[in-house]
Amino acid sequence: MSLSVRVIPCLDVADGRVVKGVNFLNLRDAGDPVELARTYYEQGADEITFLDVTATVDDRSTTFDIVERTAEQVFIPLTVGGGVRSADDVARLLACGADKVGVNSAAIRRPELIGEIADRFGAQVLVLSLDVKRSPSTASGFVVTTHGGRTETTLDALDWARQAIELGAGELLVNSIDADGTKAGFDLELVRAMRALSSVPVIASGGAGALEHFAPAIEAGADAVLAASVFHDGLLTIGQVKQELAREGAVVRA
Amino acid sequence: MTKVVVLDYGSGNVHSAAKAVELAGAEVEITHDRRAVMDADGLLVPGVGAYSAVMDALKAVRGDELIDRRLAGGRKVLGICVGMQVLFERGIERGVDREGLGEWPGVVTQLDAPVLPHMGWNTVDAAEGSVLFDGIRDERFYFVHSYAAQAWTLDVIPPFPQPQVTWAEHGGRFLAAVENGPLAATQFHPEKSGEAGIRLLRNWIGSLRD
Repeated sequence: MSLSVRVIPCLDVADGRVVKGVNFLNLRDAGDPVELARTYYEQGADEITFLDVTATVDDRSTTFDIVERTAEQVFIPLTVGGGVRSADDVARLLACGADKVGVNSAAIRRPELIGEIADRFGAQVLVLSLDVKRSPSTASGFVVTTHGGRTETTLDALDWARQAIELGAGELLVNSIDADGTKAGFDLELVRAMRALSSVPVIASGGAGALEHFAPAIEAGADAVLAASVFHDGLLTIGQVKQELAREGAVVRA
Repeated sequence: MTKVVVLDYGSGNVHSAAKAVELAGAEVEITHDRRAVMDADGLLVPGVGAYSAVMDALKAVRGDELIDRRLAGGRKVLGICVGMQVLFERGIERGVDREGLGEWPGVVTQLDAPVLPHMGWNTVDAAEGSVLFDGIRDERFYFVHSYAAQAWTLDVIPPFPQPQVTWAEHGGRFLAAVENGPLAATQFHPEKSGEAGIRLLRNWIGSLRD
């Protein structure tokens, strides 16, 4: 008996529609989020992640509505990230039907936010989302970025991950900005480095473009793999990815 | 139609649970109204967050009394996740030792595993003759927790039926589900376990009028 590895489609949502940009810069419409989430649920997705990439942070009502409608018909865990700045934002998303909440730049600006969320709702609701880039500016060679990779911080990505776990993060969503959109495979070195330091589950993200990219991420230590455009573009189905993972010896949910 | 109340006491995601129960074939109300809770065929007690916070919230709506009263009358109750954990005598979480509802003997403690929370889809070793797992013994269910009851010590003297105890494993063995007369509970989330979870809820709902 053991946990199966999770295959997670990520739906980037802006103004109520699914979008996915190549390197985040060139957004392109890919459908209705609720419909798409339901399709992935039926295909056997182990979780669904919504990333709210709406430019204006003032109006999140479309996102709440999408989460609510999805939670009514999709009976697997839903994670929602993007624009989460306070424990009250988390409360509101959970009330709409989210199970986990992704926190990114707000925690970089104010690390105490992690503890505030974990204390109120438990560590298991808090996914620390990291947009990581290779850079000579940090000791590990990996730097934390914001704004979809356009802005480099001074934080060493591995130090930040350690600190966030210490503060109460329940899971790491490790997104490689270098690999994102390239469809050339996950940054395995980054996944290995995160696995080595992390006592919480690690989700590998960024770079999935072909069937053979998934198993190496699991071998590198990821507990889950996340991808967007390969699924949205119909290049691969969730089922195909699971079959390939199983063929390579990983435990998957049938 | 079989009526289920999902206990509303401010603990997390009650809507998913309600929708799942509805899909599984029962009429659902989300409330902590005493009359509604007592009259329902089944009471579902969800629970997300810290043990101590869940106990506070439960007591604030006198959920502890409501559960006791229902069980005293042989009326069915299903606890989910922390809603299962609080059924034991105590929970020790992040150094906080908190008294639970004490329906079952035992202490809820942190799992001993290299990666926590135990998050994802796991198999269970379903109890012989389990009603909840009828037809879904080999399915995976969605767990997300770091704490659990890791021993079962309740001795039931015949002629009362033996409780059905279902185990899962992460680091070590822990209780994934218990069926003990009118009181049942799952450590995993049936409402987040896809079709298998809906089927489990349907099995429970089917037992409510027995």
